[in-house]
Amino acid sequence: MTVRFEDIQVGDSMPSWSRKTSFAEWNRYAAVNDEFVPFHMDDEAGRRAGNEPGAFGMGNLRYAYIVNALHDWIGDAGVVREVGCQYRAINQKEDTLTVVGEVTDKTVEEGEQRVRLTMNVVNQDGLGTCPGHAVIVLP
Amino acid sequence: MSESSPTYVTEAMRAAQGEWTGERTAPPITETDIRRWAMATFYPEKPPRIYWDAEHAATTQWGGIVAPPDFNPFAWPLERPQPAAPGLMGARPDGKSLTGMNGGQTDTYGVPMRACDVISERRRLVDWWEREGRLGHTLYVRNEIEWRNQREEVVRTRLSIGIRY
Repeated sequence: MTVRFEDIQVGDSMPSWSRKTSFAEWNRYAAVNDEFVPFHMDDEAGRRAGNEPGAFGMGNLRYAYIVNALHDWIGDAGVVREVGCQYRAINQKEDTLTVVGEVTDKTVEEGEQRVRLTMNVVNQDGLGTCPGHAVIVLP
Repeated sequence: MSESSPTYVTEAMRAAQGEWTGERTAPPITETDIRRWAMATFYPEKPPRIYWDAEHAATTQWGGIVAPPDFNPFAWPLERPQPAAPGLMGARPDGKSLTGMNGGQTDTYGVPMRACDVISERRRLVDWWEREGRLGHTLYVRNEIEWRNQREEVVRTRLSIGIRY
């Protein structure tokens, strides 16, 4: 079903989107992004980098999750125009990460019907690891 | 800055501010690159058809397969880009190296990337600021990284924040 600009209201939440993350997800991302950084691949290297539980996930993968969650919501008829985030907490092994977003504004700019959202990637303990924002364009 | 509050800002940073540099070009994008990227980032779910099914993609606003917005055509370079000169990343007055962290980014997307596109990149140091934080004296450096395709259309503009302490 197409998500339409007129159906969106400020305060609406987008559907949440989750992935459980560990080496299976991180290694696949390392393979496509050529991101074989030791502290993402090896527990000892993770501890040497100051993360006592061991290896930890890539910020870029959480960024990808935000983009993917937006696409899964708005589909091929929408456009992801802007995404920003800050990496505030570590993605540990076996974390379940959930992308959440809430509509904060609707505007028509440069001929586009734009919806602005606050975004975050929340772990299973409710900790927001990646606060940010997004701008999408809807038909 | 007073003497009791050191600065990590270097003359090299002041000289480079606003100057485009570091131009490089990625190999042509292939549909396999796009499909693998989408499969990795949507794993374990199957990615949306727009990223791998040409017949479906032809029915969309894009008229063909496009890459996910976060796709990186510069992955797997044959020649590694030279890291930025140390002076452009800030430096301690005592010469010891700073520790770096990725503070985040904001990407604005233009036209989507497609198979056969050749993406070029350039970057510039935008600005910086310093403050005392939980990691001690900390320098925040903002860089702008611009990608254009072979038709000179803007694909992506990134403002990234590097943290140095």
